[in-house]
Amino acid sequence: MITFKNVTKRYKTNIGLDDVSIKIEKGDFVFLVGPSGAGKSTFIKLILKEIDADKGSIRVKNHEVTRLSNRQIPIHRRNIGIVFQDFRLLPNKTVYENVAFAMEITHQSKRAIRRQVPQVLSLMGIGSNACKYPDELSAGEQQRVAIARAIVNKPTVLIADEPTGNLDPDTAWEIMRLLEMINQRGTTILMVTHAKDIVDRMNKRVVAIDKGKITRDETGAYNFHEEPGTKTARDSMIFSRVGGLLKKNDE
Amino acid sequence: MMSRFGYTIKQAFRQVFRNRAMTLASVFAITAMLLILGIFFLLIINVNTAAESVKKDYNTIEVFMLEETDETRTQQIINDVTTWPNVAAAVYRSKDQAMQILKDRWGDSAYLLDTLESNPLPNSIVITVADLESSDKVAVKAKNIQGIEDVKYYKDTVDKLLKVTNGMKIAAMIIMAFLVVVSIVVVSNTIKLTVFARSEEITIMKYVGATNWFIRGPFLAEGIIIGIVSALVSVGMIALVYTRVIDTVGPGLVRILSVPLVPADFMIINLIYIFLSLGISIGAWGSIISMRRFLDT
Repeated sequence: MITFKNVTKRYKTNIGLDDVSIKIEKGDFVFLVGPSGAGKSTFIKLILKEIDADKGSIRVKNHEVTRLSNRQIPIHRRNIGIVFQDFRLLPNKTVYENVAFAMEITHQSKRAIRRQVPQVLSLMGIGSNACKYPDELSAGEQQRVAIARAIVNKPTVLIADEPTGNLDPDTAWEIMRLLEMINQRGTTILMVTHAKDIVDRMNKRVVAIDKGKITRDETGAYNFHEEPGTKTARDSMIFSRVGGLLKKNDE
Repeated sequence: MMSRFGYTIKQAFRQVFRNRAMTLASVFAITAMLLILGIFFLLIINVNTAAESVKKDYNTIEVFMLEETDETRTQQIINDVTTWPNVAAAVYRSKDQAMQILKDRWGDSAYLLDTLESNPLPNSIVITVADLESSDKVAVKAKNIQGIEDVKYYKDTVDKLLKVTNGMKIAAMIIMAFLVVVSIVVVSNTIKLTVFARSEEITIMKYVGATNWFIRGPFLAEGIIIGIVSALVSVGMIALVYTRVIDTVGPGLVRILSVPLVPADFMIINLIYIFLSLGISIGAWGSIISMRRFLDT
């Protein structure tokens, strides 16, 4: 489904990914973990072709992403749903319109929209909120709308970038249940997260990235704070987190 | 396909209204620009037609006889001139005929000529040249004829006039090009505001897989709407003013210069075409420029 082969991406001052190879099969549920600035965002941006790799091959659903032309990028992205930490709903559109918007963009018929949107909304448990605006909803409900928008076009991959980061633990679990359900319906899920309890309890494949390298790739619990046997790993993580914050402030 | 077009237009009108202050500002700016352009256009077309008609009238050279040159000598000259190359005809014009022509041209004011005690106009020969280019040679040759007082020859005047028109045309082109660039910048700034206001929406559109043209469509339509409105407003204003000018100044101009103004309906129809295509391209370019950076990735 998603294959990285010797992918390297360098920025001016630091390394995004350094010779990374990984294979994610169709139907996988993968957690992507690691300190800020480790290369997680680079990983996702490369899949979406928001940025270009310097070296290596990236394949999504048998298409070589690195060789997509600008015109093919939108078509490529229709295969990938994306959910963000901050929901990114359009405030001046209702819940229904927010989800329908994703279908309008891909030129689907009004009939298909009228049929599919209510279905997806009730699947996400927010069918009764269709006419409300995002600011009338709780954070958890907003994230459900965002997920509904991400899956309404039936993507083969769903990328969730810290989807529970703004949610309290109970709501976070509700969202995880929904993602698990979506995964069971056949959608590959790639989730970036910092939430240790979620990773541990879900017992899924965990890919850890640090300094642009994959440092671990196995199923089960992951110790966020200390890489096996090293204390420097923790120091470097704190260091790079602080660095990441500083960078954010610069921007 | 149809629903997509409908979506684009609907979005564009929504943006125009949401952004009405800036829309109005750019309509004003483009209208002002088109008005200046239109005035230039009217001037150039009129001067041009005047020059052309003058050019056509003056393929003749008039040779004025000395007072003492008698009829036999004059007839001799006519016979001689007709044998020259490039001369189509040579016709005698008596001083009485010349006076009659002048009276006809002066029309209502001709009574002024009646007060003259004697006819001051000389006898003359009117030479029609076969083609305008060779009129120089004919004129030079005519100057050497014995028994003539002067040769009246209009090519110099026509040439000067044409030179002035050409200069005006070039100046107008430069000014127009400058104005077009300015209006494109004005429109692109207006649309940049809508683009910024909707940047979040555009980001989401891109993530969901909207094509660049789908995203660009409404903004493009917004620019085009601004262009069309400005074009129609400025054509309307120019039409109003030009018909007035023709009614008030036109008859006077015919009397003085014997050149009529170009009729209003011809001008207005052409202006509609020119302004609409200019307005639409200014609007379209303005919005494409303002979107360029946004749609890089």
